[in-house]
Amino acid sequence: DPERKTEVVLLACGSFNPITNMHLRLFELAKDYLHETGKYKVIKGIISPVGDAYKKKGLISANHRVTMAKLATKNSDWVEVDDWESCQSEWLETLKVLRYHHQKLLSADVTNSLEDAVPITKLGRKRKQEPNRHEPIKKKNRSPVVKSVPQVKLLCGSDMLESFGIPNLWKLEDITEIVEKHGLVCISRAGNNVQKFIYESDILWRYKNNIHLVEEWITNDISSTKIRRALRRGQSIRYLVPDAVRAYIEKNKLYSPESEDRNAGVVLAPLQKHASDSKNSQALH
Amino acid sequence: VRMKSRIPVILLACGSFNPTTNMHMRLFELARDHLHQTGQYQVIEGIMSPVSDNYGKKGLVSARHRVAMAKLALETSDWIRVDPWESEQETWTETVKVLRHHYNESLRVFQSKKEFMRNKHPTERSTGESLSCQQPVLPELKLLCGADFLQTFKTPNLWKEEDIKEIVEKFGLVCISRAGSDPSQYIQESDLLSKFQHNIFLVREWIQNEISATQIRSALCRGLSVKYLIPDSVIAYIAHHNIYTEESERKNEGDLLQPLKLHNTTINPLSD
Repeated sequence: DPERKTEVVLLACGSFNPITNMHLRLFELAKDYLHETGKYKVIKGIISPVGDAYKKKGLISANHRVTMAKLATKNSDWVEVDDWESCQSEWLETLKVLRYHHQKLLSADVTNSLEDAVPITKLGRKRKQEPNRHEPIKKKNRSPVVKSVPQVKLLCGSDMLESFGIPNLWKLEDITEIVEKHGLVCISRAGNNVQKFIYESDILWRYKNNIHLVEEWITNDISSTKIRRALRRGQSIRYLVPDAVRAYIEKNKLYSPESEDRNAGVVLAPLQKHASDSKNSQALH
Repeated sequence: VRMKSRIPVILLACGSFNPTTNMHMRLFELARDHLHQTGQYQVIEGIMSPVSDNYGKKGLVSARHRVAMAKLALETSDWIRVDPWESEQETWTETVKVLRHHYNESLRVFQSKKEFMRNKHPTERSTGESLSCQQPVLPELKLLCGADFLQTFKTPNLWKEEDIKEIVEKFGLVCISRAGSDPSQYIQESDLLSKFQHNIFLVREWIQNEISATQIRSALCRGLSVKYLIPDSVIAYIAHHNIYTEESERKNEGDLLQPLKLHNTTINPLSD
């Protein structure tokens, strides 16, 4: 029953420094996977580049990263870029970004529901209808009682999932809320250790039904780190990133040995924030 | 080494290109970077040469489509082009013959350039240009391939020994391999290949990007997305002409590849 499908928005958080064809592939793979389960309908993809306050080594200004992501998604009819996270002056936990987009989705959904409603007496155009015309009571798509709540799921690669195990990088309560209330779609290469990683964590195991593992059979290891390395060495990055992104990088001379040195020696924002917090002595495993 | 004294090189890639993927085009970029970084070469052109329909490979769609898709894929490249000559031949053409054809073509271009230069009135040459700078240099033509292609030299009856010899001796190979695989050992194990190893350039692709056309076709048949693996224009073309289907995958099923049909009396050239 197509009306019973859960609507899903895929949210990808990350540096996107720069965005690559691999990042874009994650969305395609996740959408195909969720559609094939028959239970979900992916309605949107959101790329949310991290703010500069993340302080990762080599991270160039958010303005450029957002612009490149927008260039990359120009030809997509469902994936878009959201710069809310990147505009925040302080680093934001991923959970907060998820909550923000979830809230946005819910309020948008309520608005849509109101617009779709076709009550017996409707204001506006319908007033002009003949009095004895039969008006449908049920809304054209669905009724609010039956339709399930749309979800925002975190889209990531296995490296992000496995980073849950890095001490002080994530708060355990955040991880719990992410997998319990939202869900993960994790893309990994064939022959990975992700299932073992989930098995070894009680929290992840408990909510494993909300962690969707998608295998990427077509090996596609285009990491941003490698792209930046190639650029420093004057090597071509054509066909690894969208052409518009490549042209933008070239025009603005974005990546160099100097840019790679940015934030060298600086502690990553989440590590800084959680270092003193005693709660984080709880381990994932 | 100044750019002017570098040896000009043309890269030729032969294959099914069924369809052309981002990985195919990456091979050219990698090869060019590698040759430039040796300081000895200047890559002036890349040629993609799709095989003709009578190669007889399973799932091979018509050359008309494969050439059209390659053209679309290469639209944004300013140095790589598609050449349909091989695909237009009535019979399947050995790779060495394709190399010879393109070499002769470049020779023709070279000779007409020389002619043009010789006939140029002395006053047309700008001051400071010496005669040596004016002489066009005959480019070298090299076969661009992946490491798996190199390994096919071992397949019984697929290649003639004298063809392999001519390819590595007269032309040269630029062979791209993925991180973790090392074809140099394979070259050492072959007397023929080790003799000409100076003419075999091994390039490591550290950014794994193994987009096989077979996987692309499989994904397409299943209605899965291949966006960002092959160019958007090629995706649109495939959809518009409904090129890859279960039926197209069955084409040539059970048939022998044409070179195997021709060479079935030959002994494996590279075994001892």
